[in-house]
Amino acid sequence: MENGGDGGGVPENANEHCPGTQSETAGKAEACAGCPNQQICATAPKGPDPDLLAIIERMNTVKHKILVLSGKGGVGKSTFSAQLSFALAEMDYQVGLLDIDICGPSIPKMLGLEGQGIHQSNLGWQPVYVESNLGVMSIGFMLPNQDDAVIWRGPRKNGLIKQFLKDVDWGDIDYLVVDAPPGTSDEHISIVQYLQIAGIDGAIIVTTPQQVSLIDVRKEINFCKKVGVPVLGVVENMSGLRQTISGLRFVKPSESGDIDATEWALNYIKDNAPELLSVVACSEIFDSSKGGAEKMCHEMGVPFLGKVPLIHSFARQLKREDHASLMRSVLQVLQLLKR
Amino acid sequence: MDLQVGLLDIDICGPSIPKMLGLEGQDIHQSNLGWSPVYVESNLGVMSIGFMLPNPDDAVIWRGPRKNGLIKQFLKDVDWGEIDYLVVDAPPGTSDEHISIVQYLQATGIDGAIIVTTPQQVSLIDVRKEISFCKKVGVPVLGVVENMSGLRQPLSDLRFVKPSEAGETDATEWALNYIKEKAPELLSLVTCSEVFDSSKGGAEKMCDEMKVPFLGKVPMDPQLCKAAEEGRSCFDDQKCSASAPALKSIVKKLTKID
Repeated sequence: MENGGDGGGVPENANEHCPGTQSETAGKAEACAGCPNQQICATAPKGPDPDLLAIIERMNTVKHKILVLSGKGGVGKSTFSAQLSFALAEMDYQVGLLDIDICGPSIPKMLGLEGQGIHQSNLGWQPVYVESNLGVMSIGFMLPNQDDAVIWRGPRKNGLIKQFLKDVDWGDIDYLVVDAPPGTSDEHISIVQYLQIAGIDGAIIVTTPQQVSLIDVRKEINFCKKVGVPVLGVVENMSGLRQTISGLRFVKPSESGDIDATEWALNYIKDNAPELLSVVACSEIFDSSKGGAEKMCHEMGVPFLGKVPLIHSFARQLKREDHASLMRSVLQVLQLLKR
Repeated sequence: MDLQVGLLDIDICGPSIPKMLGLEGQDIHQSNLGWSPVYVESNLGVMSIGFMLPNPDDAVIWRGPRKNGLIKQFLKDVDWGEIDYLVVDAPPGTSDEHISIVQYLQATGIDGAIIVTTPQQVSLIDVRKEISFCKKVGVPVLGVVENMSGLRQPLSDLRFVKPSEAGETDATEWALNYIKEKAPELLSLVTCSEVFDSSKGGAEKMCDEMKVPFLGKVPMDPQLCKAAEEGRSCFDDQKCSASAPALKSIVKKLTKID
C-alpha cells in the first residue's frame, strides 16, 4: 500500500500506462495524451535533483544522523529528542537538533528558545544556539505569531524540510538529531529521501506502553525496514507514574464532591506511620500487562533501549538522575555507530 | 442515548479506532449502496483504513494526495444511511487530512470541532494553532477537552517501592499491612497526582484567553485505558469511575449545543 514518492513514480492522477515522470518519454508517449500532467512532464527537467547535491555537501560535515520517530502523537518524542540533544552536548559532542514537525513544532519551547529568530549569513541559515555546541532549527523560529497555524499540504512541508537540510549551516557536528512528527507520511518519506543519500545512521522510536501505541510503533518499525533505515531501538515513555508519598494530594470523596485532606493525611502519616515517607508510590497508568514495548521489541527483532517513568514534574523539568539509565543505554548505542 | 452514529477515522497512518472499538480484523463489505460501515452496535457504524490493511503491522507510507483521495472516498462511497451524528477522528496537526476534510465536508456543513489536549504548555501551544486553524477555515470551535488531567486512585491501588543503593525493592505488601495496622483511616482516601504541570492554568485558562468554550477535564484513568485497549465502552460498567462521569458530562454539554 505504499507510494514510492513523487520522484520518478506514477502520479495519482496519471493515465493508465504512464511511463513514469522521470522517463525519457514522459509527457511525449502515446499514453500521455490527455493526462493532466502531460505539459509538466514534457517540459520538466529530468535527472537527479540538484538540491540533493547541495544536501550531500552540507551533510559532509555531519558525522551521524539520527531520526526520532513515533507512531502516535503525544508520547513524548520531542521531549526525548530535546533531552537526548542535551545529554550529547553535555558529553562535549557538537550537536544539531532539527525539528521537522511543521504543524506542531515543540522544540523551541522545550529548549527555552521561544521568540528567537533565524539569522542568515553568507554560509547559510544559522541554527539557534542554546549552548555553544547545541544548535537548533525549527519552523517555530519563523512564525511571527506563535498561535499561527501552519496549514500546509505535503509539498510545501517537503520544500521546507529540503531547505532545512540544504540551507542551514550546521558546521562540523558529531550528531544531527532529527525530531519528526508522528506518522509515516510526507515528512518521513521526504527526510528519508533527502537524507539517505548522505547516510542515515538510524532511527529511535518513542512510544508509551499501551497496545494502541504499540500497534503504531510496529508500523513505524516496518516503515524503517521498508525504506532501509536501521532501527537503533525503542524507548518506552510514560512507563508508570512514580511519586513520593509526601508529593501526593489526598482527597476524601463525598456526595458533595472531593474534600481536600492532604494536610490532615500527611500529619496523620507523620504521627502514626512515619516509615511511609521513605517509600515511593508507583501507578501503572497505561496497561502494560501484555508486555509493553519490551515484549514487542523482542517480537519484532529490534533493540529495547529502556523505560522512562512519568515523574511528577517530569514534564516541567527533567532531573538527570530520573532518566540516567535510559540515557546511558541510548548514548552507548549512539557512540557505537560507525565512523 | 439512542442516537444513530457514524465514526469516521481519517488517521491514515495511525488508525486507532478499530482497536478501540473491538473491531480488529473486521473487513469492509460493499453493497450496491456503497461501502458498508462496520457496525459495533446496530446504531454505531465505523469506517477506517484499519479495516483495509491485510496486516495491521503494515505501515501506510502515503503522501498527501493519496491520503486525500481515500478521505474523499470515505465521504463519497460509504453508505452511512440516516444518522444523527458523524464523528470524524482526525490525526494530530493541521495538514493534508485537515485541509481536505474541511474542503470536502464544508459544502454540506460542519457543525464544529472539538479539540482534545493535555494540560502542559507544550500541548496548549499546539491547541492554539488548532483553534487558529478552525477560525481560519471557518469551522466553529465547539470546545476544548483537557485530557489526562491528573490521576485519581484509591490508596489501596498503588504499588510501593523502597529505593536503596542496590536498586529498588517491592514494598507493596509491607506498606499495605503497615497502613492497615498503623494508619487505617488512610484507606478511605483517594490520591490525586498531577502528572502534567497545569500550574499556568491548563486548558481552561487558555480557552478563556482564546474565547472558546471549555468543555471539561477528564482525569487519567487506568480503567479507561484498559477499556480502550479491550475495545469496550467505558459506560458499560462501573469500572471507569474516575473518567466516565467526566466524559458523560462533556457529551451532555455537546448534545445541548446542537
